[in-house]
Amino acid sequence: MNVWLNFLVDSLAFGATFIYGSTGEIITEKSGHLNLGIPGIMCMGGAGGCYMLNLIGQSNIHPALIVLFGICASFTAAALMGLIYGFLTITMRANQNVTGLALTTFGAGLMKVIMSKLDATVYLVGPRMMFRWPFAHRQDALQTLGVMFFLAIVLAIGASWVLYRTKVGLQLRAVGENPATADAVGINVTKYKYVATSVGAGIAGLGGFYYIIDYMASQEAYLSLESLGWLSIALVIFVLWRPHMTIIGSTVFGFLFSCSSYIANIEGITVTMAAKPLLKMLPYVVTIIVLIISSIRNKRENQPPASLGLPYFREER
Amino acid sequence: MKNKSSSPKEPLVHLTKRMDISPLCALGVRVLAFLFGMIICGLVAFLLIERLNDNPERIGEFYQCFIKGPFSTRRKLWKFLKNSAVLLCIALALAPAFRMRFWNTGAEGQTLVGVLGAIAVNFYLGGKIPEWQLLVLMLFASLLCGAIWAIIPAVFKAKWGTNETLFTLMMNYVATYLVSYFLVVWVPNGSSSLGKLSHGKLPSFYHDYLLIILIVLGLTILLHIYLTHSKHGYEISVVGESENTARYVGINVNRVIIRTMLLSGLLCGLAGYLIGAGLDQSITPNSVGGQGFTAIMVAWMAKFNPFAMVITSSLISALGQGAEQISQDFNVSGAFPDVIIGIVLFFIIASEFFINYEIHFHKRHNMAKEVLKG
Repeated sequence: MNVWLNFLVDSLAFGATFIYGSTGEIITEKSGHLNLGIPGIMCMGGAGGCYMLNLIGQSNIHPALIVLFGICASFTAAALMGLIYGFLTITMRANQNVTGLALTTFGAGLMKVIMSKLDATVYLVGPRMMFRWPFAHRQDALQTLGVMFFLAIVLAIGASWVLYRTKVGLQLRAVGENPATADAVGINVTKYKYVATSVGAGIAGLGGFYYIIDYMASQEAYLSLESLGWLSIALVIFVLWRPHMTIIGSTVFGFLFSCSSYIANIEGITVTMAAKPLLKMLPYVVTIIVLIISSIRNKRENQPPASLGLPYFREER
Repeated sequence: MKNKSSSPKEPLVHLTKRMDISPLCALGVRVLAFLFGMIICGLVAFLLIERLNDNPERIGEFYQCFIKGPFSTRRKLWKFLKNSAVLLCIALALAPAFRMRFWNTGAEGQTLVGVLGAIAVNFYLGGKIPEWQLLVLMLFASLLCGAIWAIIPAVFKAKWGTNETLFTLMMNYVATYLVSYFLVVWVPNGSSSLGKLSHGKLPSFYHDYLLIILIVLGLTILLHIYLTHSKHGYEISVVGESENTARYVGINVNRVIIRTMLLSGLLCGLAGYLIGAGLDQSITPNSVGGQGFTAIMVAWMAKFNPFAMVITSSLISALGQGAEQISQDFNVSGAFPDVIIGIVLFFIIASEFFINYEIHFHKRHNMAKEVLKG
């Protein structure tokens, strides 16, 4: 395959990690909760899925079921983390930044402890081929476009549809913009917030699982997962809170993040060693620029949800 | 009416904000939460540590590690004091911004550029000028870099209301890769690891760490005075309470935001200087090692009170060091301290609820009568 095409496909595949992470974070943020625990949640999503595969990876269950069980376990583990976050910030009205950071510390630590106990020959070697269906035996970048890649695309578009085309989405956005008003018109604010934080966390967690089992498919992959979580939070701003745009945005991020290693292979372009860190810095710089521009233009639909980060206490006036 | 009051929709409990909880009572709630957290840590340890699961009687040894880790030898004690001091310094830097409700999540980056500034000056000028001049220049470079890193988000926040939490968060990673860039430039052999530089070390008396600890303690007192006994400190509190009130009484909110973030950045830069000149004489992208994020939790747990931060920062670093001891003695992954700190933090975070809110359990019939009377 052509080098450039290979590069593009690889960026897409890498980007799917961020699609999950950002889609999950967008759903959470739309309910008015800035979840800085996404890196930890993605870690735990990865650990949950791998733990399940460690149990069933070498059994005689049909491959499709193994894939399904893995995805379900990953989603559940991450959603449980989201539930901890939700309980602390919604019911206990704790500070969201602090709770999120504590969740990241906890999740990233727990994942490393769990993953160091699992057996890579069981959870990785066999199952990774199942997850890479239908392109598992190709030798080029296409091989990483597996089941979970397509699931990411479906989830991103689905999330956009629910958020901007259905009544549930409208009500969720109302909760995030102004919970008191939403409460006054009879929307169950607490329920929406709980569902959004746990489902959002569950989806984000799949990103960690995808990264470990499919994109990287190596037993060291989990060590680099945490930093990708932060990039997912950056991507949310970059795409201005629109889940379907994460498909494009994540490809751009994937492109910028991995281009330093690809450009070296392309004839006619020489890149010095020093340029590599600068290229990797670009996604964050671009995100800052987007954040600044959107705040200067001050268009309503491009802003973070108005009550983002603020706890809702009904009795407060 | 009567039917309505006994309908199943009636909430079981209702909450009111507590205004007047005694400090002793608040402390009691926190200590209780901490103890609960430690019990849960023990339970989680049973799940995660095979050696403990096989020999449940070693649970006593497990808890002893929290004393043994930070306090058992002189070396460990100094390490504990140093860790607490660095953490405290970054937390102090965050306090003014947080009091203003400016959610500076960028302490990690602001501190890291502080280290970078010091090391850059050291790298280019080390050995070429007298040592004391070098140290002073390094200090200025650190302060300047930290200030720049903090001022940029503050200006945009003040002018256009750009979300400061996300902005400062992104600045952390720009700083990380900036350090990687300089390492590639400075160490062209491809290893990208800078050895310990031979110049630019803070003088040490009695013990290497003592000067750092004293500087940070002095800073704690100064910051306390600044926050509670100066006009600036008062303005910060007013802006934090309500920007509209602040405007109404004639405070220039934008100026306060920028000035306070400048202070925050300067102090982060100082923390970077202490790391760069006082401890490492070298730099990696991981020089701050997540302490910028831990400091946010340290500052928050202390309610942004400088003296309380001395306690919370010691608590967190003692926990971390104790859990490190557990990793060694029980042979678990080096990430185990993060799990312990995470669990304890969850409980302390949750305990704030019982301090801030009062829970009233409804007795349905009384309630109905009250409603009718009312």
